[in-house]
Amino acid sequence: MPEVMDSGDMNRAIRRMAHEVVERNEGASGIVMVGIHTRGVPLAHRLANTVGEIEGAEVPVGTLDIGLYRDDLAGRPTTALAHTGMPVDLDDQTVVLVDDVLYTGRTVRAALDALADLGRPRVVQLAALVDRGHRQLPIRADFVGKNLPTASTERVRVRIAEIDGSDGVWIEEAE
Amino acid sequence: MNSFLTIEGVSTDELSGLLDLADEFVDVLERPIPKVPALRGRTVAMLFFEPSTRTRMSFERAAKALSADTMSFSPSTSSLSKGESLKDTALTIKAMGADALVVRHKSTGAPWRIAEWTGLPVLNGGDGAHQHPTQALLDALTIRRHFGTLEGLRIAVVGDIRHSRVARSDVGAFTTLGASVTLVGPKTLLPVDLTGWPVEVAHGIDDVLDHDVVYLLRIQKERGGASVLPSLSEYVRRFGLTRERFDTLPERSVVMHPGPMNRGVEIAPEVADHSRSLVEPQVANGVAVRMAVLFRLLGGEATDV
Repeated sequence: MPEVMDSGDMNRAIRRMAHEVVERNEGASGIVMVGIHTRGVPLAHRLANTVGEIEGAEVPVGTLDIGLYRDDLAGRPTTALAHTGMPVDLDDQTVVLVDDVLYTGRTVRAALDALADLGRPRVVQLAALVDRGHRQLPIRADFVGKNLPTASTERVRVRIAEIDGSDGVWIEEAE
Repeated sequence: MNSFLTIEGVSTDELSGLLDLADEFVDVLERPIPKVPALRGRTVAMLFFEPSTRTRMSFERAAKALSADTMSFSPSTSSLSKGESLKDTALTIKAMGADALVVRHKSTGAPWRIAEWTGLPVLNGGDGAHQHPTQALLDALTIRRHFGTLEGLRIAVVGDIRHSRVARSDVGAFTTLGASVTLVGPKTLLPVDLTGWPVEVAHGIDDVLDHDVVYLLRIQKERGGASVLPSLSEYVRRFGLTRERFDTLPERSVVMHPGPMNRGVEIAPEVADHSRSLVEPQVANGVAVRMAVLFRLLGGEATDV
């Protein structure tokens, strides 16, 4: 089970992504970080804090549960819904969607639908800690922590300290 | 379990989980676009063999807010009036492509029979004087949203307990969630046998005017509730929540009623409209809890509810 990112790698990747967000948007004004449950949420907070430090601004963080927007609900056990909440009106804001792993793109597709029901952002960008390829939809990330070529039989495991107690990214062979 | 038929036997964790889910749906219903695509392509059929306004409309609204399609059936204009059996009616509606049935019937147990016959998920929308589990959920949600928890609350349920499926279901949900319940009513309107009910009993509303929640029930004329009373004015004298009695309640106490209300009988009109009456939130929360149950049953491989 090779570790492909450790805690230091993750911090550096998040720092770089935060700089890219600031560069692309010429500052932090109007940016709302929106984390996709579960591990996108702490990542969104870290990105928001780092962007905030760079620009000396407060970056609001929203949370999104896409459970009501999935296209594969039938056949998967229903889980509870985590809280969806936006600290500000999304109309005309710059939303940066944040998730841990970008894979098929279906989660992002669902998140875009969910966002559209919550408001009309000026622009939506996508940040992913890991892009592992194998897209099934025409979706790409604007900010990527690490491009990780994988086989579709492999699984990418992300641990985030806020949830899992420590940071790190691993590749596992699926059983 | 792939149906939602009774509140009995539902654990504290399961109940809390459903209320957590319902809390999210309260938020959904407050959005500018109060609709999510979760149940797109699913069809929910409403089989109301007994009259209902709020429960039926509430289920319809809940199904539609989840993007499910709905079909409705009312006995007076249907083939039931031509003598079709309950079983044939249910199977016919299944054959039309319903994915779940909401059933209200005057006979205890009818929703269970329909679940057996059709094999579909069935939501009990009220069977006789037996169960009305989504009412219990909406009442529990309303109390939890107001007080933050049911743990340690004292709740009085006042009125026609014997004929009330609401009382039966509410007692189950409230006590499972940690509240203590006092039933109040004339002897003739209390259940004959209260063994197994985890409740206390009082015989006048004046005994419970220190409780956190005063939950008033309707005198059910259609189930013979009025015939066992000497007179309505006698009922009001001992069990009605008048303005004077309301004024003696502690500041934090609230009043609830499942509707439809007999204003001036169990509840004074100005009490029903008071800011400490939760009657309106009850109705709004009803849609959210029905969304939660529909989503649990149809939103994937149904696991335990």
